[in-house]
Amino acid sequence: MLLWGSNAREAHPIFFHHLMTGLDNGATMYAVDPRRTSSSKFADMWLGLNLGSDVALANTVANHIINKGLVNTEFIAHSTQGYEEYKAAVAPYTLEHGEALTGLPGSAIAEMAEAYATAETAQILWTLGITEHHNAVDNVLALCNLALLTGHIGRWGSGLVPLRGQNNVQGGGDMGALPNKFPGFQNVTDPNHRAKFEAVYGVDLPAEDGIHLTLMFEAMERGEITTAYVIGENPADSEADIQHARKLLSGLDMLVVQDIFMTRTAELADVVLPASVGWAECEGTVTSSERRVQRVRAAVPPPGEARHDQDIIGELARRMGYDWGQPTSEDLWEELRSLSPLHGGMTYARLESESGLQWPCPDLGHPGSPFLHGWLWEDDLGGREPSPFSIVEHQGPKEELSEEFPYRLTTGRSLDSYNTGVQSGGYDSPIRYGDALDINPADAQRLDLVDGERVLVSSPRGSVEMPIRVQPDIPVGLTFTTFHFPELVDINLLTNDAWDKRSGTAEFKAAAIRIEKLATPAVPEPVAGA
Amino acid sequence: MTSRQQPVAASETAVTISVNGSDVSVPEGGTILDACSAAGIETPTICYAENLTPVNACRVCVVEVENSRTLVPSCSRAAEPGMVVQTDSERVRHSRKMVLEFLGSGVDLSQADQLAPWMEKYGSDPGRYGESPETMNEEVRIEDNLYIRDYDKCVLCYKCVEACGDDAQHTFAISMSGRGFGARIATEFDVALPDSACVYCGNCVAVCPTNALQFKTEFDLREMGNWREEEQEVTQTVCSYCGVGCNLELHTQDERIVKVTSPADHSVTSGHLCIKGRFGWQYVHAGADEVDVQIGR
Repeated sequence: MLLWGSNAREAHPIFFHHLMTGLDNGATMYAVDPRRTSSSKFADMWLGLNLGSDVALANTVANHIINKGLVNTEFIAHSTQGYEEYKAAVAPYTLEHGEALTGLPGSAIAEMAEAYATAETAQILWTLGITEHHNAVDNVLALCNLALLTGHIGRWGSGLVPLRGQNNVQGGGDMGALPNKFPGFQNVTDPNHRAKFEAVYGVDLPAEDGIHLTLMFEAMERGEITTAYVIGENPADSEADIQHARKLLSGLDMLVVQDIFMTRTAELADVVLPASVGWAECEGTVTSSERRVQRVRAAVPPPGEARHDQDIIGELARRMGYDWGQPTSEDLWEELRSLSPLHGGMTYARLESESGLQWPCPDLGHPGSPFLHGWLWEDDLGGREPSPFSIVEHQGPKEELSEEFPYRLTTGRSLDSYNTGVQSGGYDSPIRYGDALDINPADAQRLDLVDGERVLVSSPRGSVEMPIRVQPDIPVGLTFTTFHFPELVDINLLTNDAWDKRSGTAEFKAAAIRIEKLATPAVPEPVAGA
Repeated sequence: MTSRQQPVAASETAVTISVNGSDVSVPEGGTILDACSAAGIETPTICYAENLTPVNACRVCVVEVENSRTLVPSCSRAAEPGMVVQTDSERVRHSRKMVLEFLGSGVDLSQADQLAPWMEKYGSDPGRYGESPETMNEEVRIEDNLYIRDYDKCVLCYKCVEACGDDAQHTFAISMSGRGFGARIATEFDVALPDSACVYCGNCVAVCPTNALQFKTEFDLREMGNWREEEQEVTQTVCSYCGVGCNLELHTQDERIVKVTSPADHSVTSGHLCIKGRFGWQYVHAGADEVDVQIGR
């Protein structure tokens, strides 16, 4: 297992149970992360690479596998294309060059490369350490290349495992909450797909792709978007370079927020529609990281005047002149089944009796799909083209360190909290310490700081005051904080909104900062859990 | 091109044993307890759980096996071809009666609901040894708002140690300490929970058979005399945090969530949760009291 840019022990704890079972059964784990995370302490080896050098590491691993003759020649010939060009592109990434770019010993890179290539089954598992970068898609493609090189894809026990961060972020995409897709990943621009949906919905549908969230903010800036309807999201706390995002939201002609709490975004709204809790007050489905569709059920009624999202949207439609009646969640699901081939075989009854089903599940007799890309091993590739290698080069973080901003800041989750704290703030965790800046003891000493001391942290975009937590697990020059308490530490004032043009994700993982001692420091209090 | 598209199949060889005179088959590697369950014979257990490795601590599931000098724990002993098992012989009944009686003589079993019917069935009477159990008489440890520890109710079954250790959580915050009557489950150096390695997943609480470990919500309602388990409803749903898809069982009373568990037979969780899934539900009722007043509920 290559756990790469993921602290699953804290961010996906029950998934990590499965990894630990694997370790107990004799599996080997390499943890690739700039931080010595709690997950990495379970690994056979921790590879603490320079932040943002993931492509360099992947290319070095690939080159070493090639040089050692450990590639899966048969698989490459049958199932891939562009190997020779790829081989030439990674050739400059020698162990020495890889060492220089990643800061890792060449021997460690070589060990991981050989272990991955020679394993009977192997998985690469990643989270936002890969995708919250300005070159996020390059990072993902670099890992995909490794799977193609070794044939660790499309078969039982091997594969590429991106861990989703929210309980239904997978389902949101599956259901067409993407600017270019209808439910079941059917293309908006494909006339046949569009005609299918138009026939059922009874309206003409736009023939062109919409825009994603990051582009929406840019459109707000140009004055092209003047109205926003925000459902169950708190962008006024969660966006990178938050001051900019708040200014844009505040400048809208009309902002409607539908949420269960008066979030910072809701406070900016012209109209707030009180919603109910999806997983405890509503009927429906969510889809997990492993593409497993499962039922959520109402256990308690919504409080006061709060209503189900489905009712609110239906009522809005009625005011706009479309009466959709009073469909149940199962009625909506049946419509979805009729339109999305991936979900065709998933009735509510089956979801109930089979503990959820993994798509694709096209018909009632289909057992669901534990993994994807099995076609790579079929004699005719299922009629598809061989999978291409992608040539990607090391770039490093967008924002370089400078004399003015000499420290690297990266952000992430802690075990007991979640995102902007809207939900996790509701319970009293004994292991919660608030947002604090983790810093290496040597750096703390250099800056004349003690554990718990409040400091001024600045990036090119803004400044916040926050306590430090002296941590030997964080390398010299790197700092880390969670982002769960925006009311106390408005950390996204600092983060960089440079984003990948292909994925729309901002580089939350790499900002350049400076840390300043406050003129009259308050009496330091040790931070619990430090 | 060929590749493995399925997991290695479990053994399909069956083992047949005799239980109370009837033949019963279980898959190779199955236990006597599995055979009893397959035959519809209920068996008392304390330290056994389907999502934990058997530790053979409680001895209440013992059965008689022909040609075995001692009684054997059915939860861990593999079924062997031709084994002849008695689950309701005088010797078995007597042993189970005494095990439960001795436990009841030194431990407060008042909330060990799963044991009460067995004590009645076997005629266990801890009162023979004194009016009330001779416990350590310790105060309930309330160190945070998530769960409590009531040592007087602990039968030292090890389940919590296993759930905290390599059967699930791999945190190893608790272990057995002390000897004899002073033996107890303890954190490192017996420090308070918030100062220990505990990460508050609550998996120890979920497997505790005697309520020695208890969710604070349940403890508070019991203190108020308002814990009405027989009226509670259980609704299965999916956790709202992260993307793993852990199934939750929401135990509700008076339209409020009072406890969260997970089904032990679910492929994602095996019954185990993290701190967010186990305790992070409280926002569902944030401000609910005020709303109830406003709408006159």
